[in-house]
Amino acid sequence: MSNRDETFAKVAEAIEPFNKKGIDLTEATTFAGDLEWDSLTVMDFVAAVEDEFDIIITMNMQAEIETVGQLVDAVEKLRA
Amino acid sequence: MTDLFSKFDALIAERQALLDTGVRDPFAIVMDEVKSPTLAIIQGKPTILLGTYNYMGMTFDPDVVAAGKKALDDFGAGTTGSRVLNGTYQGHKECEEALKEFYGTEHAMVFSTGYQANLGMISTIAGKGDYVILDADSHASIYDGCALGNAEIVRFRHNSVEDLDKRLGRLPADAQKLVVLEGVYSMLGDIAPLPEMVAAVRKHPNCMILVDEAHGMGFFGPNGRGVYEELGVEKDIDFVVGTFSKSVGTVGGFCVSNHPKFEVLRLVCRPYVFTASLPPSVVATAATSIRKLMHAGDKRTHLWKNSKRLHAGLREMGFTLGTETAQSAIIAVMLPDQEITVRMWQALLELGVYVNMARPPATPAGTFLLRCSLCAEHSDEQVGDILERFRAAGQAVGCIG
Repeated sequence: MSNRDETFAKVAEAIEPFNKKGIDLTEATTFAGDLEWDSLTVMDFVAAVEDEFDIIITMNMQAEIETVGQLVDAVEKLRA
Repeated sequence: MTDLFSKFDALIAERQALLDTGVRDPFAIVMDEVKSPTLAIIQGKPTILLGTYNYMGMTFDPDVVAAGKKALDDFGAGTTGSRVLNGTYQGHKECEEALKEFYGTEHAMVFSTGYQANLGMISTIAGKGDYVILDADSHASIYDGCALGNAEIVRFRHNSVEDLDKRLGRLPADAQKLVVLEGVYSMLGDIAPLPEMVAAVRKHPNCMILVDEAHGMGFFGPNGRGVYEELGVEKDIDFVVGTFSKSVGTVGGFCVSNHPKFEVLRLVCRPYVFTASLPPSVVATAATSIRKLMHAGDKRTHLWKNSKRLHAGLREMGFTLGTETAQSAIIAVMLPDQEITVRMWQALLELGVYVNMARPPATPAGTFLLRCSLCAEHSDEQVGDILERFRAAGQAVGCIG
């Protein structure tokens, strides 16, 4: 697996506890639309991802991230 | 038809569905008459007020009311101006003097509301390239202060010292950081572990701490300054934000600090500059009330007694409460869903008790709750009545046995 695939797998794993509707995850899956997350779920999830990768995803960045693929890209960039 | 209001359709439909079940609108109560800090007439019915944040019952204090009347006579109905132009009267300076004395600080700045105090402080002192670190359960005014400014915003899990520490550790050491905490969190009535949080913050460089004591002023700490005083971390707090609309009993907001450059904020803080200042009567009532709160030991004792009694009584009846013990003058009664919460709220109102109903997104973790806030002027008899009515309402709605 490439680094990006690995990151995608880890992000997908982090999504699972919050994936109440059992949506199949792709790069294009959206958090608000497909997963139907409210702001509180987003908070818990972001905290989990931050701790998993030892990074900070500021609320400013979160506002720009709509899809799983965008989150994976952001995580990759923050870890670099 | 689609227009700019279409985004509210889901909320309009949800509200209508709720009202169609025949309940009264929890967000459209009108107080027809207000008899005292603890009693109002709502639709002809004498109603005990248990959701006003009027913790110290100063709204009808005779000295406070007299000061307001005199200022109204002497200085007129309003200032029609900004604090930095024609809107600073002798009364505004006196109010700031009262705050400096109350808090033992070098500086005090009075804003037109508590909301604007947070909006102004956070958006002004944290600029581009700086960081604001805030608790996930922060009040809307703190979030909005972040949104108004240009800093990078980082959240940590509610009241988690470890989470705060970890996040600070991940930020660039040379960046300037503002950590925003609250003494009392107003939804559940829980307090922040400030000594532990301050210790965590002080491990990291370039951090300043702002504490919002909106719900702590008046009855926490030997001088009533707030939770930060009660827990002994006064020296470590850089800015205290507060409001006049709770214990002080009127409206307005403030920030106090010992920072040597604090006064420059009067020139650069937009929510301070670009709004009209408080009316003379309001700052006169605030100053009088703040000075009286310095010597309100008996009232504080009675308020704590009321809070502990209500907490213990409700718990004994089988209600689920937001905190294990009474940590503040807010007692949150947790309920399973919107329907039961509204029915319980209405049952209480019909029995003559007004409480606040709170729902997501104002509440943490999607919870529905009834928020009770006690007043130092609630008599023992009133607290007894409140408890009896909670029992009757809870049994009628079926949320207690």
